[in-house]
Amino acid sequence: MALEDLKAGDSLPELKTTPDKYLPHRYAGASGDFNPIHIDAEFAKQVGLPSNILHGLWMMAQVARAHTEAADGDPRALKRLSVQFRGMGFPEQELVVSSTITDSSSGTVTCETVAVQGDNEVIRNAEAELASGQA
Amino acid sequence: MPVDTKAVGKEWGPTEYTVGLEKIREYANAVGEKSPVHQDSAAAKEAGFRDVVAPPMFCVVYSSPAVAPVLFDPEVGINFATMLHGGQEFVWGDPVCAGDVVSTKVVCKEIFQKDDKGFYVFESISTNQDGQEVCRGTWTNIVRGVE
Repeated sequence: MALEDLKAGDSLPELKTTPDKYLPHRYAGASGDFNPIHIDAEFAKQVGLPSNILHGLWMMAQVARAHTEAADGDPRALKRLSVQFRGMGFPEQELVVSSTITDSSSGTVTCETVAVQGDNEVIRNAEAELASGQA
Repeated sequence: MPVDTKAVGKEWGPTEYTVGLEKIREYANAVGEKSPVHQDSAAAKEAGFRDVVAPPMFCVVYSSPAVAPVLFDPEVGINFATMLHGGQEFVWGDPVCAGDVVSTKVVCKEIFQKDDKGFYVFESISTNQDGQEVCRGTWTNIVRGVE
């Protein structure tokens, strides 16, 4: 997809991914965040959560990936991403990232993005800026 | 107890992080980044990178060693048990590649209270071995149950 062709109101292709039961363990190892609320269901229940929950920054990485994949996988295309973490995300439930272009003037594409699991909005008010990657 | 704002303006670091090839691959696999530029040196060079390039959100990996200790600084005074990661922003500069040495410093930008919630806002600034900025992060943590 050519970034130049995107205009306000267009949508990026939805990103859908279902984190398996052990994904939080692999992400903990990759990121260094071993907070037990993410990897230990019993501990999570002891502190009042329904189960172990996904790392917020893993979910943000899925939001980031939805945008870089729309730019043919070029990591340089993503210039800025801001998110608000709201609902809790859970393993073994499909995560869907949807992004709509709000502005494409002046060489930068701005997107408004949400990430949901069913009707549970886990990331909202996300805003991304994309620009042609080559510096 | 109301929030204590004495840490506003305090700086930490810089903390150095050396970017390893296998760490990029491990991170890319964990977040589902499938582009060969995150796996294969030849593919990355073909695309114009010095070497295998990190996905943008790899910034979490190189900046966390600088940010994590700040959350436990007694002068900041966060009650970790009731802390939530409320919001996050990253602004990216030069790409980060295997072999890079990234330095990150952190500054406390804001501490304020809204109702019974304390808001703690930190900025991380990461630069590479050439002094180029690679990422600027704004980390918003919310602590529940402050009076």
